[in-house]
Amino acid sequence: MDLDVRLPIGLMFSIFGVLLGAFGLVSDPRIYQAHSLGINVNLIWGVVLLVFGLVMLGLVARSRRRGD
Amino acid sequence: MTIQLGVVDYCLLIVYFAFVLGIGVVVRKRVSGTKDFFESGRSLPAWICALGFIGANLGAQEVMGMAASGAKYGIMTSHFYWVGAIPAMVFVAIFMMPFYYGSRARSVPEYLKLRFDEKTRGLNAVTFACMTVMSSGISMYALAILLHAILGWNLHVCIAASGVIVLVYIYLGGLRSAIYNEVLQFFLIVFGFLPLVLLGLKQIGGWSGLTARLAVVASRNGMAEGAWSHSWKLVGSADTNPMGVEWFGLVMGLGFVLSFGYWCTDFLVIQRAMAARDMSAARRTPIIAAFPKMLFPFLVILPGMLAIGMHVSGDAHFALPSKGGSLDYDMVVPAMLAHFFPTGMLGLGLTALIASFMSGMAGNVTAFNTVWTYDIYQSYIRPNASDAHYLAVGRATTVVGILASVACAYTAAKFNNIMDVLQLVFAFVNAPLFATFLLGMFWRRATGHGAFAGLLTGTAAAAAHHGLSLPRGAETGIKGGWMAVVHQYPSEMAQNFWTAICAFTACFLATIVVSLVTRQRKTDSELTGLVYALTPRPKEDGVAWYKRPASLGVLTLLLALLLNIIFW
Repeated sequence: MDLDVRLPIGLMFSIFGVLLGAFGLVSDPRIYQAHSLGINVNLIWGVVLLVFGLVMLGLVARSRRRGD
Repeated sequence: MTIQLGVVDYCLLIVYFAFVLGIGVVVRKRVSGTKDFFESGRSLPAWICALGFIGANLGAQEVMGMAASGAKYGIMTSHFYWVGAIPAMVFVAIFMMPFYYGSRARSVPEYLKLRFDEKTRGLNAVTFACMTVMSSGISMYALAILLHAILGWNLHVCIAASGVIVLVYIYLGGLRSAIYNEVLQFFLIVFGFLPLVLLGLKQIGGWSGLTARLAVVASRNGMAEGAWSHSWKLVGSADTNPMGVEWFGLVMGLGFVLSFGYWCTDFLVIQRAMAARDMSAARRTPIIAAFPKMLFPFLVILPGMLAIGMHVSGDAHFALPSKGGSLDYDMVVPAMLAHFFPTGMLGLGLTALIASFMSGMAGNVTAFNTVWTYDIYQSYIRPNASDAHYLAVGRATTVVGILASVACAYTAAKFNNIMDVLQLVFAFVNAPLFATFLLGMFWRRATGHGAFAGLLTGTAAAAAHHGLSLPRGAETGIKGGWMAVVHQYPSEMAQNFWTAICAFTACFLATIVVSLVTRQRKTDSELTGLVYALTPRPKEDGVAWYKRPASLGVLTLLLALLLNIIFW
């Protein structure tokens, strides 16, 4: 049984996305004024990472279905 | 400059480390012999090898160094990609991979043994092994010193921790584990740095805002307005561009000798392509890698250009740190991270940075254990042992390689100069290599004595050129001129390019002359699969055009040409 490298990538980026996005929801908005031009980068980029992670996991699932 | 990390930052870092080690643990089950450990079983699809191919090259030197150059020289730094990498990557894919992958060779030095003789292989194997350990040690040291500077972490703990993590995942899973981690790291670096560039561009008002600020940078340095934002316009003379190089030295030295020497002969990258599952995948590996490589300037050079632009115009109170009265360009990336990323994203950016250090280290360690085990141990110390024995040796070598890297890291910390001298010596040894491979692959008459003599002559020529020339304003010694100063170059980079050109030419000529006066001991059948004229062309009937290396290669070159024109 070979490890599909997209599996750890998908999992890790999904976890990253959830962590960042959740932190973006609860964090003090002042940190975005101080750093990222007022943009809540944690929330936005968290969603981007989550989407990327889920796409990777989706590809893994698709190739497994095909393989069976 | 210090950075305070929050809980979420540490969480991201811990998750990353867990995945890195987890990959090693899972992949370990696949390792049953040396072929799995050193060559990843030659079973990987092209896209994984391709991302590993650039992931291994995407070390910290690339990320931090290219940003530093972006600030120092502007868009001209892109020559290291669009001139100094893409053409060579296409060349190695189309013309050289058939010999590497198609022959029985398991490593680059082994190819030299099959094509030439034992002494040529020995020379290459030993210098390569030393160099990889040193690079990995320097990478380790640079990581530790950076984390110490920006986070206040303990230097020894950083060196030990990075060493142990890389050790564990390579020890367990060998090359496959290293490549999988490189793929992971590749995505991490892309996702970690992209928002930095986007925020920087938004801050500065897009490309037009950037060029306006770079014009100020250029005029403060006494150059024409476009000196930081044009890559070719001002290379007619070395005095008019920030790099201090002229077009011939740039194209021949960087674009031909140095770039082809690295991408076509360095086992660190070739090893990734040789792990592919078949010849077609091996040949597509460098070309697929060339596509993201082409776009990296926007990821790694642009932050440097944005940083210097913001620095001179004082945007958002951004200022680059300085060291000893001048700007500390090496701190461009950490300074930008600290400026634009709030806690959360900061953890991601930092994880990406640490990933780049570790992938640089791991690449060197896997190349080292392969060359040591196959080309030194199996060849000279203990031939004809069992496969299990060599696997054990490979694992033990990983431990030794890491320990030697640690030793190098501490040496670098103590005697900066010794490391500089060693690096210079290795540069001399490497400079002529491409001539040897070029003649070896395309001229069947080239002999072992010819190759060996050529390499020595090339190295001597590089050393002599360095010893007789000096960059303007530098002191004689490590920078050159240690024999006598016959010629002054406008910049250190121009001197480097010309050192490479001298080495290549000397090696090329000496190999031809000595080959012609010595006897070719290899028969044509021994050279089959190793020399162009004696190797059947790979069959491509029925392969879709977009999977053919040649058509992909042409497409890649056209895109690179387009980028050169856009940023002319």
